[in-house]
Amino acid sequence: MSRQSMRANDPKKVSGELFTLTYGSLVAQLLKDYENVDDVNRQLERMGYNIGMRLIEDFLARANPAFKLYLGVSPSIGSWSPGGDEFSVVLETNPMAEFVELPDHCLGLRYSNIMAGVIRGACEMVQLEVMAWFIADQLKGDNVTEIRVKFVKRLEDAIPAGED
Amino acid sequence: MTIYNLYLFDRDGQLLHYAEWTRNKQSGMTREEEAKLMYGMIFSIKSFVTKVSPIDLREGYLTYTTNKYRLNLYETPSRFKFILNTDVHAQGIKELLHQIYTQVYVEYVVCNPLCQLNKPIESELFAAKLDEVVKQSPAYASRPA
Repeated sequence: MSRQSMRANDPKKVSGELFTLTYGSLVAQLLKDYENVDDVNRQLERMGYNIGMRLIEDFLARANPAFKLYLGVSPSIGSWSPGGDEFSVVLETNPMAEFVELPDHCLGLRYSNIMAGVIRGACEMVQLEVMAWFIADQLKGDNVTEIRVKFVKRLEDAIPAGED
Repeated sequence: MTIYNLYLFDRDGQLLHYAEWTRNKQSGMTREEEAKLMYGMIFSIKSFVTKVSPIDLREGYLTYTTNKYRLNLYETPSRFKFILNTDVHAQGIKELLHQIYTQVYVEYVVCNPLCQLNKPIESELFAAKLDEVVKQSPAYASRPA
């Protein structure tokens, strides 16, 4: 399916390339500003977290598969842990990193770390505390891009002020 | 049919927005006190209903009716609570509340980066659109003059 035809259906959709390039310049600017790769990873995760907290509402309002809706790809879910509280999201292709090649000095960079943040932020809004992190990245020579998600705990409803 | 008023609470029980249409009698409390009472009651009813209900309730919609009015609670999976008081005959309120969530709250608050999510909503556009959607709903339109 060509991007062009997908866009024709929805006037609000922007070109996937514009998105990829915009994200690329964001990461590049962060690298300039922070100089330290770990800080950039952290910032990306935090940005994703903030995005996820909003994105979940949009997702709930539409009830479509989220990865398809926002990234145009369908990942597979697998590698469940024996306890059933941990799984992997596997992306055959990563649309966010389409034109990217990591230079030698930032091999520690988790380029798409914003995605891990989005997952954490979105889950938190539906009362699930999770951890999400990259365990494989095509940019680092892996076959697929893989995000590991671990369930931490269910969050409870807030108790009204003045009660216990 | 009549729509009286609407409360919108966030997951922490904070009143994000209040709007009223036909409300002939005020409670005589400040808005904050009233909101606190409302949230407290909803919280208690919900926990009571979940405990005594013979079946699992996972629908996110709860309503009770007295002989004078009906309270409709719509709760999103993200624990936002939309509470709409109507008269006892109002129809299609669940759909209306869902519409308010998807077409007003998500569109004009969540997608507006200047609106903070954990603060009372100040956007006038939000208030205007909410008013529009409610006034267009059949439950509002068919009220006696």
